[in-house]
Amino acid sequence: MGFKGFFKKVLSGIFKSKKEIKLGFYGPPNAGKTSLANRICKDFTGEEIGSVSKVPHETREVQFKEKVEIKYKGKSMTFKIVDTPGIATKIDYEEFLRYRMKKGDAKKRAKEATQGVIDAIKWLDDMDSVVVVLDATENPYNQVNITIIGNLAARKIPVLIIANKIDLRKADIKKIEAAFPEYKTIGISAKNGENLDEFYEEIFKLVKRI
Amino acid sequence: MSSKKTLGKIKGFSIQFLPYSEIKDLSSNERLKKILGIVLGNVILVLQGRLKDEEEGRLIGDTMAMIDHIKGFKGIELAVINGGESSGFFGRFKTNFANMIAGGDLGAITVIGPATVVKEIKRNPKKIELLLNK
Repeated sequence: MGFKGFFKKVLSGIFKSKKEIKLGFYGPPNAGKTSLANRICKDFTGEEIGSVSKVPHETREVQFKEKVEIKYKGKSMTFKIVDTPGIATKIDYEEFLRYRMKKGDAKKRAKEATQGVIDAIKWLDDMDSVVVVLDATENPYNQVNITIIGNLAARKIPVLIIANKIDLRKADIKKIEAAFPEYKTIGISAKNGENLDEFYEEIFKLVKRI
Repeated sequence: MSSKKTLGKIKGFSIQFLPYSEIKDLSSNERLKKILGIVLGNVILVLQGRLKDEEEGRLIGDTMAMIDHIKGFKGIELAVINGGESSGFFGRFKTNFANMIAGGDLGAITVIGPATVVKEIKRNPKKIELLLNK
């Protein structure tokens, strides 16, 4: 390698380390993906990424927050946070009527939600690393969870599993760990901000595997 | 004039078993088309083996696209149950080698049903339980 090639390699190395890491948030609807992404964005940029609701499929478009510099224990890394719509195998507008939504609005929400799922799956290819957010009060052996994690593994994208909602009595982190023993699982409460230190620690470990 | 197709009327339900040999030589597109074609007939499909991870992802995407285009279709319920999972390097090597020879994971079973018929599939590691709509 000549002097020119060496200089180019050093320069590209410097710019590569400055590049944003695309960190995706994936999971089934209502697991708390946006709540967690909001926590991170609020902590490090002062702004939230999107709205949250008890009604499923509140996030129906892939939403981003760029240049989120996460600083933890003297380490710093810049991320592009990508919050994705919840992935489901069925969407029925009648489910939204239970939340006192008008029929027209419910149908519109269902239509947008189906497109959101398609977009979320398309975006899998663009992720550098992914946080799979699961509701720790639900059965983890849901095929959607298995399909998401299987697709990430097939693409060799590093994965961290989050068992969210540990503030709830029914939460069972061990069940999630047993379902996905090959992955690191962290129990958190995005709502209360519980155990986020361990989450940040693991995020830094996760991006080392890219 | 609306060009929307309509899902067939539900008169009870039926279960169809599909041996892996029926889809083994098909392309991913053809496999998904065949599977969704069966499910759209309001049939619960029990497939020998399983789809590839990417095919499972595409199946969800194609299902979502169909919800918008087929009146009355609300999506699918899907579950895969694996056969004896091997642990350890040699165990996994043996399983992978056997799957390669067979052309797919024949020890697995995939259950796919239309959401209008199947309310929920409860899956534990070694058990699948189908809850049907009334």
